[in-house]
Amino acid sequence: MLVTVGVLTAVAMTAVTGATMLASAAWPGRAPAAAILLWQALGLGWGLAAVGALAALAARPAHTGVAGGVLAFAGDAVGQAADPAREPIALTAFRVTCLVLAVALLALLCWVLAAVCAAVLRTRRRHRALLTLLARGDPKAPGALVLDHPAAAAYCLPGLRSRIVISAGTLDLLDPAELAAVLAHERAHVRERHDLVLLPFTALCRAFPRCGVTFRAQHAVALLVEMLADDRARRARPARELATALMRFGVAGASAPPSGALAATAAGGQGDVTARVTRLLEPQPGLSRLLWVGVCCSALVLVVVPAALFVIPL
Amino acid sequence: MDVLWDTASPLTVREVSERLAERELAHTTVMTVLDRLAKKGFAQRERDGRAWQYRPAASREAYVTELMLSALDQAGDRQAALASFARSVTDSEARALRSALEAFEDRPGD
Repeated sequence: MLVTVGVLTAVAMTAVTGATMLASAAWPGRAPAAAILLWQALGLGWGLAAVGALAALAARPAHTGVAGGVLAFAGDAVGQAADPAREPIALTAFRVTCLVLAVALLALLCWVLAAVCAAVLRTRRRHRALLTLLARGDPKAPGALVLDHPAAAAYCLPGLRSRIVISAGTLDLLDPAELAAVLAHERAHVRERHDLVLLPFTALCRAFPRCGVTFRAQHAVALLVEMLADDRARRARPARELATALMRFGVAGASAPPSGALAATAAGGQGDVTARVTRLLEPQPGLSRLLWVGVCCSALVLVVVPAALFVIPL
Repeated sequence: MDVLWDTASPLTVREVSERLAERELAHTTVMTVLDRLAKKGFAQRERDGRAWQYRPAASREAYVTELMLSALDQAGDRQAALASFARSVTDSEARALRSALEAFEDRPGD
């Protein structure tokens, strides 16, 4: 069982190190889809490995993998009263502590994910209800709702009944071609449910609010999702239209915030818009097939190895 | 809801119906809609004799601002409930973008 603990710990640490490296790597901009896949595997693999390592410490040396070992330990604990002299009490206490920690970590992760899902659904429901009351259709923006506000905003409200919303300020800011590019970008978000990709990382930020890696991960995935939608929009519209739309948004957002509260939101995402504009105007070649396969294999290993160790003895 | 927003004083169901006369809505329909708005917290109601009087819980502008804030407040503790086209940028980035945009517009159509 010690080998299992070692492997799982190694996977968990690799996931954290990998996340740190991936957050500052340059290649994800060339292949957002591959990078997003790797991010999901890092998150899931880390969760499985961390819970598994703690559980494996609690598991009795059994030839059945982590899950079987934990069950064997639990079975022993029940029968312990009849046979108290089998194991030093300190070791038993250590095992119990590890088991409690493993269960607590698993519960925390599940609970936070559920809480974030519930909060997001609640926010969206209220937002959608308000949009029904406040927004109007506009022939200039087919398929989108228009909100009468002078600031520039364009966003989508994902969900089963999704909405694409732009502000009246956006209608003034962009020419029709740029607007079409922005709408194509938002439609890509809605169609491919990019919000679901981001959700686990929002949950991780909630679970570990003091941890810098989770915030860097969430930020990186958010940017990659935008890049992916940029790429989808570029299939339908010239990249140039989307790039100028982005530049106009960036300039308008910083120079004319409609209220004091909005001006204070520039903390995150340093250089994100610039990075997106640059890769639209100067497209980089995508990843070679070999690198793609490498990324997919790494993702697979990160998830399959810890998952397998739950049932396969080592 | 527009009727409530456009009137300063609280309105009864009948008064709302009268203001929506051209839509030819049934009295019960208006009542149901107002009841639903009150349940969702967008309208507040109080008893005035036998009838309920409704007024908006907040102004139209306040709600628009709320939506725009959640749309633009993408930094910090964001919930990922929405996906904004572009996040807010810093002043220095905005300056760089502006000069890039100007340079770009000087050489159109390449």
